[in-house]
Amino acid sequence: MSDIILEVKDLSVTFSTPEGPVNAVNNMNFTIKAGEALGVVGESGSGKSQTFLSIMGLLASNGKTTGSAKLLGRELIGLSADELNKIRGQSMSMIFQDPMTSLNPYLKVSKQLTEVLVLHKGMGEQAARAEALNMLDKVGIPEAKSRFDMYPHEFSGGMRQRVMIAMALLCEPALLIADEPTTALDVTIQAQILDLMRKLKSEFNTAIVMITHDLGVVAGLCDTLNVMYAGRIVERSSVNEVFSAPRHPYSQGLLASTPRLDEKSHSNELITIPGQPPNLQRLPQGCAFAPRCIHVQDRCLCQRPPLFETPSGSHNACYREEDVA
Amino acid sequence: MSTSQEVLLDVKDLKVHFSIPSGKLFKKPGLLKAVDGVSFQVKAGETLGVVGESGCGKSTLGRAVLRLLKPTDGQVAWFGQEMGDMKSEELRNVRSDLQVIFQDPLASLDPRMTIGQIIGEPLITHYPKLSKAEVKEKVKAMMAKVGLLPEQVNRYPHEFSGGQCQRIGIARAMILEPKLIVCDEAVSALDVSIQAQIVNLLMGLQKEFGLSLIFISHNLSIVRHISHRIMVLYLGRMMEVADRDAIYAKPLHPYTKALISAVPIPDPEIERNKEHVALKGDLPSPLNPPSGCVFRTRCPFAKDVCAAEIPALKSYAGDREAACHFIEE
Repeated sequence: MSDIILEVKDLSVTFSTPEGPVNAVNNMNFTIKAGEALGVVGESGSGKSQTFLSIMGLLASNGKTTGSAKLLGRELIGLSADELNKIRGQSMSMIFQDPMTSLNPYLKVSKQLTEVLVLHKGMGEQAARAEALNMLDKVGIPEAKSRFDMYPHEFSGGMRQRVMIAMALLCEPALLIADEPTTALDVTIQAQILDLMRKLKSEFNTAIVMITHDLGVVAGLCDTLNVMYAGRIVERSSVNEVFSAPRHPYSQGLLASTPRLDEKSHSNELITIPGQPPNLQRLPQGCAFAPRCIHVQDRCLCQRPPLFETPSGSHNACYREEDVA
Repeated sequence: MSTSQEVLLDVKDLKVHFSIPSGKLFKKPGLLKAVDGVSFQVKAGETLGVVGESGCGKSTLGRAVLRLLKPTDGQVAWFGQEMGDMKSEELRNVRSDLQVIFQDPLASLDPRMTIGQIIGEPLITHYPKLSKAEVKEKVKAMMAKVGLLPEQVNRYPHEFSGGQCQRIGIARAMILEPKLIVCDEAVSALDVSIQAQIVNLLMGLQKEFGLSLIFISHNLSIVRHISHRIMVLYLGRMMEVADRDAIYAKPLHPYTKALISAVPIPDPEIERNKEHVALKGDLPSPLNPPSGCVFRTRCPFAKDVCAAEIPALKSYAGDREAACHFIEE
């Protein structure tokens, strides 16, 4: 369980735009172990997707990555597209929110699946077909055999996401990155996909990154959690710890403002985080969350707090951590 | 909610069917029953939550209530008067009482109008005699009410964030002081922290103006928070309708049960140990719904009678209704 799959050090992503450079991701540090599911939450624009797109080498052309990301000990940042192509799909895979835009509408599902095996594993066409069919069965596509030679549009949304997951798993990657994989799906289908991901974790020991805005999804699947705000990790901790005692004011606000299906008292007002999400091009000098924070102090406005280590070994980027210690 | 409240909207056996071309020359077009026999009431000051999965007809229902779509059959009565019988003049008056807020806040605002023009437009349409100064004054007052800065009246929609655009949409819907607002996935596109702000705003406006809401959403947690009564739809049919607390405490219909158990709870302890009612398979095609009970193909309790007979919507204790052959009292 303790073998490290992904080790990220000082990873930053900058986009050059006509209005000047935008620092979408700043100095990320974290590791993921085999069989671990890491949740990544944050508002839109917090850099949660860009972090992992940069690791996959899939940034838009105006994006630039610095720092280091090692997959199974091998440096990914700075690799050529050819070298990356050997790793992507083989040792790490990514699935996206909208499966229809990730599948080629002109190719049969069978072709898209076997292609992966032929390319990465050098399998023969027949063996690849058998293997791909087997994988479709595993991800729970009913009557996989009769659907194998259909086109993506003949599948429903949940089924397409299963096809994407099957494709991502064909080479048994050590790391599966899932970017909002269930956001476009209905809740009953989401429950099926999450069950499948839990199975992956326990049966194949796959390391999973779950990028989501749904704290319920994190609670059900993940072991550790990165809470991101304005391109930085503001809290990194075990899931149990974050949910029982969130330390950063943003994590606290996020949990408090999420209405719960099992809430017992219906106080008339939801607790909210006041104000608007930050504009990355006009970030304040100090802590990016300071303008919305109820605990803001003078020093938050002039100097950005570092990521403090807490007594329990988690991390929290808030000066209040210092005051406690 | 007491029964003595005034009934604003009374919908009886509403049907909206669409004809779908088959794509083949001599084949008959298919019939898509988006809404098939839905009845409900909305009382003054009440929020009716409408939940269900994609394709269950919740948005079509909202549009039919607003008369943006002509129902195929059934009655929609506004203060006891059938809307289908109204002349266009009368309908226009009713429309000022009936407003809508859509999901995508930016897409529903005209990018070439200032937000002052956007919010003021319904006023000018319905009250052409108002002077420019009066319109501007009312617009600014409403902007302050929904949490926008009145001095931003001359800015354009693209200058605002998603949450603020939704506030603009709400100001526009509120400017005529309507009696009912249909919120169609009004907070679904927003970040969690902003979602809570908008939900609070809607509930605050409801309290202040005695507004009624039809809150259409796939997010059951938010629907639970905002609604007084909740209606569950599946493939255009009503599965269950009941008071908020009753439906979550003891869902009668197996679909309601499954839907509620599928919603992940943001608490690792509870989420990992709770009972999951897993639904197998996908939604059937609405073009070719199952015979009898539309839910039977995914229902864990389905028996032969479910395929043969459509279960009627029956009343149960506590002012609730559900449509299933096997509900024990």
